[in-house]
Amino acid sequence: MRHTISILVENHFGVLSRISGLFSGRGFNIDSLSVAETIDAGISRMTIVTRGNDQVIEQITKQLNKLVDVIKVVDHTEGEFVSRELALIKVNAEEKNRDEILRITDIFRGKVVDVSPQTYTIEVTGTQDKIEGFINMIRPLGIKEIARTGRVAMSRGMKSLKN
Amino acid sequence: MKMSGSKILIESLRKEGVDTIFGYPGGALIPIYDVLYGEESIRHILVRHEQGAVHAADGYARSTGKAGVCLVTSGPGATNTVTGIATAYMDSIPMIIITGQVNTNMIGNDAFQEADIVGITRPCTKYSYLVKRTEDIAQTVKEAFYIATTGKPGPVLIDIPKDVTTGTAKFSYPESVSIRSYNPTYKGHVGQVKKAVDAMAKATKPLIFIGGGIIASDAAGQLKKFTDQVNIPVVSSLMGLGGFPGDNELFLGMCGMHGTYHANMAMTHTDLLIAIGVRFDDRVTGNISKFAPNAKIIHIDIDPTSISKNVPADIPIVGDASDIIKNMNEVLKKVDCNWKGMYKKWLEEIGDWKRSNPLHYKQGKTTIKPQYVIEQIYEMTKGKSVIVATEVGQNQMWTAQFFPFLEPRTFLTSGGLGTMGYGLPAAIGAQVAFPNKLVFDIAGDGSIQMNIQELATAVQHKLPVKVIILNNGYLGMVRQWQEFFFDKRYSHTDMQAQPDFVKLAEAYGALGLRATKVSEVNDVLKKAIEATIPVVVDVRVDREENVYPMVPAGGAINEMLLA
Ligand SMILES: Cc1ncc(C[n+]2csc(CCOP(=O)(O)OP(=O)(O)O)c2C)c(N)n1
Ligand SMILES: [Mg+2]
Repeated sequence: MRHTISILVENHFGVLSRISGLFSGRGFNIDSLSVAETIDAGISRMTIVTRGNDQVIEQITKQLNKLVDVIKVVDHTEGEFVSRELALIKVNAEEKNRDEILRITDIFRGKVVDVSPQTYTIEVTGTQDKIEGFINMIRPLGIKEIARTGRVAMSRGMKSLKN
Repeated sequence: MKMSGSKILIESLRKEGVDTIFGYPGGALIPIYDVLYGEESIRHILVRHEQGAVHAADGYARSTGKAGVCLVTSGPGATNTVTGIATAYMDSIPMIIITGQVNTNMIGNDAFQEADIVGITRPCTKYSYLVKRTEDIAQTVKEAFYIATTGKPGPVLIDIPKDVTTGTAKFSYPESVSIRSYNPTYKGHVGQVKKAVDAMAKATKPLIFIGGGIIASDAAGQLKKFTDQVNIPVVSSLMGLGGFPGDNELFLGMCGMHGTYHANMAMTHTDLLIAIGVRFDDRVTGNISKFAPNAKIIHIDIDPTSISKNVPADIPIVGDASDIIKNMNEVLKKVDCNWKGMYKKWLEEIGDWKRSNPLHYKQGKTTIKPQYVIEQIYEMTKGKSVIVATEVGQNQMWTAQFFPFLEPRTFLTSGGLGTMGYGLPAAIGAQVAFPNKLVFDIAGDGSIQMNIQELATAVQHKLPVKVIILNNGYLGMVRQWQEFFFDKRYSHTDMQAQPDFVKLAEAYGALGLRATKVSEVNDVLKKAIEATIPVVVDVRVDREENVYPMVPAGGAINEMLLA
């Protein structure tokens, strides 16, 4: 099962390597990992997408909690959180394809953020499914490069991840 | 008033009550060593290899319960500590490792004697610091001791660049410390404690299984009160030995791969396993799918990650073992149960197992059996305060089986990592802490050669440790596996090419003794016990003696080879 885990950590030297080292050292998967500061510059927030059976996920959350720099860990429950990802995709924009690219971008509410005689760079945000849908549509037209942020997530409603 | 970083460091250690540092100087440490020059309140033990410093600090920590401290230089000094740190980490031993580092502006430039020791040791430390400013030293030391000694203890590394030690800052030592991301749970959940006692009232074959957590939380006293009330038998992991009196009727000995027959049978037949401060290591469980098949499991541990990691717990209780057992003792009294007599039949069943297959060996007239030597050490030191360290291999297992440890913190052994070369420096660390106790290292001829250089440390600092080498001329434990499972193909385990240990001891300025026949054992042990300088006793034992019982790897623990 895929799980999305949000983690608040002290913004200390080496904290990222402690967390990634925990995953690699214990053979846990990381599908994606994103990290940035929160409003409190001393605290960073990470979102990790991982896979495993219940026992593995329980170990992952316990092991994360055990790290001295980890303030809080939440394993988001299916259906009770929103998640988004952002992708930048550079596509071949030959004359004959340009209209088609713009039409698909429009359908997915994407944005062209950079243009050159041969390329468009498109920004799309959304759930992972949406981004994968967009990539599948655009692929036949020739993707030159792709950069994805990995998932960020937040609980729905009143719940919040406070330290 | 401003002070140098070096001075601040040493003052901070004094504030933490540090009386001993195990160390080895080098370029990056010269300013710190300058402060130690003539310093009287902190004793510095100069080792002969940095691995020795860490194991000695470890032995000091295990025997006293206080954090051990070691001090080593940058680069090779730091990398030499890795095995020692990993050893302490696996066994949850509180320790502070201070490593010198190149100047801050050189870090990352592959400078002379630079090693990223924080990076190298990240997976085997509880936490680590690279101190970047002189004014951060005091706070860092305060936090480091707090982290190392609280919750599940462990080694904490402090890496200090040379310019941070020569810089100056105002010194004020923090009174207290709190770390928002680090809050270990000590108090056990009251509801869970009640559930545990209810389960005990329903059980017919309960068994207590203790590990290193009993010793780390100083819970031996509470445990004894507990068993005095309920008469439940006790088995121990290697790490738990000494946590319950080894000569008590209720004690069944060590369980697991080289556990006693009755301990492993009890484990297999219990209907309620009360596991305290254990992590269900594979050396204990054997084939996990056949482990304690009928048991409901109560698991008490301060570390939530060890609960339901290998063996699912029915009643998990996270917290400090001593505190939780104390709670159980109180709750027990309120339950109307004939605790003392309830499990009589179960104790009889265990007694039958014990009589059918006790630990055994046959001491003939000439060739010395290693088990006999260990029993003699026990007999000849009865009533005295004794600490026993071991190396790793058969020597370690025989010690665990044949030396009844009566008190916590008297048995020092590398359980989790199984580090050969641990015993001698660990014994030195314990002897520093307890100058008046008899401190032994029960060694193998292979292991002792891994840190034999520390004999010089023992001689220099007048530490009369007693190294008893059970010399079989083999890497015995590996040879045993080769005998059992590889058709006696003794590939590279014959180690008869060895120094003359008696002459070697003498060369170091220690006393060297040898026994080759049974009749000589008592005499050399007597001399060793009476010696006031370090002693090495070369005991030539039966070369191909094996450790029994043995659970073959992957087997269930009730399927033991008994002879
Ligand atoms: C540093 C290290 N290297 C290798 C091993 C693997 N090993 C475990 S026991 C053993 C044999 C130890 O021989 P010795 O010290 O003579 O003890 P004996 O088993 O003969 O009592 C070896 C090589 C180890 N545990 N530690
Ligand atoms: Mg040997």
